[in-house]
Amino acid sequence: MAILEVNNLGKNFGKTKVLKDISFSLEKGKTLAIIGSSGSGKTTLLRCLNFLERPTKGQIIVNGNSLLDDSHGKLSERELREKRLHFGMVFQNFNLFPQYTALENVTLAKKLMAKELPEYKTKKKEILEEIDNTGKSILRKMGLEERMDHYPHQLSGGQKQRVAIARALALNPDILCFDEPTSALDPELTGEVLKVIRELAEQNTTMIIVTHEMAFARDVADYIIFMDDGYIVEQGAAKELIDNPKEERTKQFLTKY
Amino acid sequence: MFWTVTLTLFNGMFTTFEIFILTLLFALPLGLIIALGLLTPAKYILNVIIWIIRGTPLMLQLMVIFYVPGMLGYQVWSGNEAGRIAATVVAFTINYSCYFAVIFKGGIQGVPKGQYEAGQVLGMTRTQIFFKITLLQMIKRVVPPMSNEIITLVKDTSLARIIAAYELTFAGFSFMKSAGLTWPLFYTGLYYLLFVGILTVIFNIIERKLDYFKYE
Ligand SMILES: Nc1ncnc2c1ncn2[C@@H]1O[C@H](COP(=O)(O)OP(=O)(O)OP(=O)(O)O)[C@@H](O)[C@H]1O
Ligand SMILES: [Mg+2]
Repeated sequence: MAILEVNNLGKNFGKTKVLKDISFSLEKGKTLAIIGSSGSGKTTLLRCLNFLERPTKGQIIVNGNSLLDDSHGKLSERELREKRLHFGMVFQNFNLFPQYTALENVTLAKKLMAKELPEYKTKKKEILEEIDNTGKSILRKMGLEERMDHYPHQLSGGQKQRVAIARALALNPDILCFDEPTSALDPELTGEVLKVIRELAEQNTTMIIVTHEMAFARDVADYIIFMDDGYIVEQGAAKELIDNPKEERTKQFLTKY
Repeated sequence: MFWTVTLTLFNGMFTTFEIFILTLLFALPLGLIIALGLLTPAKYILNVIIWIIRGTPLMLQLMVIFYVPGMLGYQVWSGNEAGRIAATVVAFTINYSCYFAVIFKGGIQGVPKGQYEAGQVLGMTRTQIFFKITLLQMIKRVVPPMSNEIITLVKDTSLARIIAAYELTFAGFSFMKSAGLTWPLFYTGLYYLLFVGILTVIFNIIERKLDYFKYE
């Protein structure tokens, strides 16, 4: 069964229709890449999935549960928080919290959530220690063993983005979203971030990656969606779509790479 | 004579300090409230008020607050020293809260949208995002401009002389009238310098405490 199903999603900003009739699904453990030219609506789609934007219409289903459909009215903050936790988000420009160390960035949200646990008062020390240990082990996997106590301004762009990935992973989202994770990086730093994402794909992390790195998308993703002007123009198996695009617009887009 | 002057000036210094502290006490929260108002549709009215307050001399505002109620037949300020200090604090609070509001607004808006969104996608509540993420970043942003304004406030207290509040500069002047001495007036400069020096040290400590992180 698909872990994520998106049906007829639409998003308008005022009168401009930015997303039009977006439908796709994704199985657990698979990686989906979204490609398309600037302004085609890729970021908006990820923002809708993370409930940073409210879609104008359509349905989002995770694990068979409808998170959003047209019957939903205004969502309370608590409902939004619950729905958001199904998704993780890695931003183009990292958005790390500057006043916290790498480790604190990774553990902050989890520690705040732990306060709501009934056993928090009695087992506070163990719970926080456990969260720290999990955070450390994720950072170690990201190759940041030596950088855990550094503040964001003491890290390179590639290190910052790996901390941001660790921060999103720490909450165990069902689906991890990336919005052009390497496009704010110097070319020599993109490799270290792509490597980490590749490893996540190999460990069957369910991911949606908006990217302009075509070779990477072809190589690492299972599926690719090509978007243009708010529509999905073409979707299919990654290698097939890159090597033998069917639609004229896809061909035109790919010749630029 | 030197000791008489020194002690008299200390008396004036006390009033100066009183005006300073009371103004801060009222203008800081009021400034925050106005800053929040500037982020709502009330901003149009508030901007007109801020324009008037920042566009006219504080001395004029002080005289309006002190004299106009009486001219309209309302006895708001008692004729004694306490009344004059109260009028000064009211005028200064109105004036400084407008300046503070503009600084606070800059601090609030200076935090990038991405910081809120990063908190949101991590499932944090609005309150958690404010207290755990954005507040400290705002404080770091407003400390340098606020220290400037607060140091200016120290020297602006000397305007209270115009309505005969017995603050430091007034005390210095009094020797000119009573004993024909000018040096006590210049001597007050030392008091202001000392006061501002202490404040500068405090602000430096705060800035250094917040130096451990830099903005993204
Ligand atoms: N908050 C908003 N208000 C109005 N229009 C918006 C808003 N956000 C995005 N848009 C518009 O929606 C369209 C799609 O934007 P989006 O950022 O999703 O594109 P994108 O595919 O991510 O582009 P890029 O490759 O440049 O990142 C653009 O035309 C953009 O101007
Ligand atoms: Mg984008």
